[in-house]
Amino acid sequence: MWALFLLLFLPLFALPLLVVLGASFATNWSGVLPSGPTTAHYAAATRGEALQALTTSLVTAVAASLLALTAGTWAALAAAELGKRRRKALDALFVLPLAVPSVVVGLATLVAFSQPPMLLNGTRWIVIVAHTVLVTAFAHQSVSAALTRLDPGYAQAAASLGASPAYVLWRVRLPLLLPSLTAAAGLCFALSMGELSATMMLYPPDWTPLPVLIYAATDRGALFTGSAVAVVLMTATLLVLLAVSRIRTRASYR
Amino acid sequence: MTGEPAPGAVAPRRSEDRQPGGRARGAWRPCLWALPPVALLALFFLHPLALVVQQSFRPDTGGTSLRPYADVLASTAFREALWTTVWLALAATAGCLVLGFLLALVIAFVPFPGARAVARFVDVFLSFPSFLVTLALLFVYGSVGMANGAWTGVTGAAEGPFRFLTTPWGVLLAEITYFTPFVMRPLLAAFSQLDTAQIEAAGSLGARAPRIVRRIVLPEALPALAAGGSLVLVLCLNEFGIVLFTGAKGVTTLPTLVYGKAILESDYPGACVVAVVNVLISVGLYGLYRVVSRRARA
Repeated sequence: MWALFLLLFLPLFALPLLVVLGASFATNWSGVLPSGPTTAHYAAATRGEALQALTTSLVTAVAASLLALTAGTWAALAAAELGKRRRKALDALFVLPLAVPSVVVGLATLVAFSQPPMLLNGTRWIVIVAHTVLVTAFAHQSVSAALTRLDPGYAQAAASLGASPAYVLWRVRLPLLLPSLTAAAGLCFALSMGELSATMMLYPPDWTPLPVLIYAATDRGALFTGSAVAVVLMTATLLVLLAVSRIRTRASYR
Repeated sequence: MTGEPAPGAVAPRRSEDRQPGGRARGAWRPCLWALPPVALLALFFLHPLALVVQQSFRPDTGGTSLRPYADVLASTAFREALWTTVWLALAATAGCLVLGFLLALVIAFVPFPGARAVARFVDVFLSFPSFLVTLALLFVYGSVGMANGAWTGVTGAAEGPFRFLTTPWGVLLAEITYFTPFVMRPLLAAFSQLDTAQIEAAGSLGARAPRIVRRIVLPEALPALAAGGSLVLVLCLNEFGIVLFTGAKGVTTLPTLVYGKAILESDYPGACVVAVVNVLISVGLYGLYRVVSRRARA
């Protein structure tokens, strides 16, 4: 049983990551193992175009996560106050971006913001808007799931002691929600960092996120440079997720 | 954010509203607070989506007609893409279900020290983009990759035998690899609630492992399997990165057809038609997934 597990699990899930890691340090891979160890790809992957793509990705992901978290949390909090039927309708509405293919979200954003009243096409904002739309559904889902588990006793106690609704929200409910808010933020960030499909539809030439750069590199045959950039992408995502989970542990101890 | 006192402002009123007799009093206030996020969603998502539908009825020649639909639905490119998308998604879902069930079974019931690390690893795996899997497969099974390199090294042949990567089978392998964890997670949750006494009783009465799995574990896991399977089906239907990265011109699915028509051919009405078809299929299936997963939890 053990052997079977290792036989299935390792090649399937660990191998892809190890292979990309191995290839990023190699110049050639025509045998069982990569050959020609080098760090030149990393030198290329951490300056110029690639460095710019990294900051582009980070800025886009942070902006999209924060916007999505605000909108998603607001919607979840507002939905919790509605009657059952209206709440269901609101939830369904906010889950819809999950069900729509992200390529179509990209196409829709492109069609809508390429014409005058709101001309965003060609600017970085169109990428941020599309990412925000895509991750808002995840933010909303995790916050509303957390809200249903929240003990209403704290908020009621605070309100009965004369705290204003704004004070209850700011000092009681949001702090209680903080662990799930940070979890949602991490999820949104990771999704936005790796978003390719909608981005391919609408990125302007001066706002190229990392996944697009990786695709461009592999498309012209520079597989090894592409994997170095992919490792940079994975590392950046992991570091931010780690930081977020540290905030979360601290938040849940409070 | 500054606007946030909003929803909470109505919290204490809740009990008041629910009182028998005083029903409708102040019921509009929660709706008012729900308005800003809904307006934003309408502006940035629903309205653009409506424009896509509108454009799908507007051929380049002008006017409003069903021409784009007639053109696209009659084209072989669309029919082939539709067929490829559907069979790839179905096959990948079946593969993920089988593999995910086996793996979750081992993680849940065979005690070993690394089980928690494995569960962690799966979470990390899910936070990476899907195209990384295809990128890795290019090194493993690509024309100059690991498997072919090993083959030519051992046999001395000029070319390796593995050339399936640019065919739909390469996409299928990548999709199964990437989406299996999506099946494993609900299964692991379901297994953790399974009453082990049943299994022990069956075992002490002489039932062997396959029989226990078939008669006890499988029925318990069915709702989780259904939920995970329908989620993976939707995700596979909409997968874009994996198909794009294989670089196979022969493999076109609905999402890559949308991309090709809009960006490469600048045929927006055609792209919008494909997009509408894709949305209808995927929203329909996603609705099914929501119903099934709600049943699974109940």
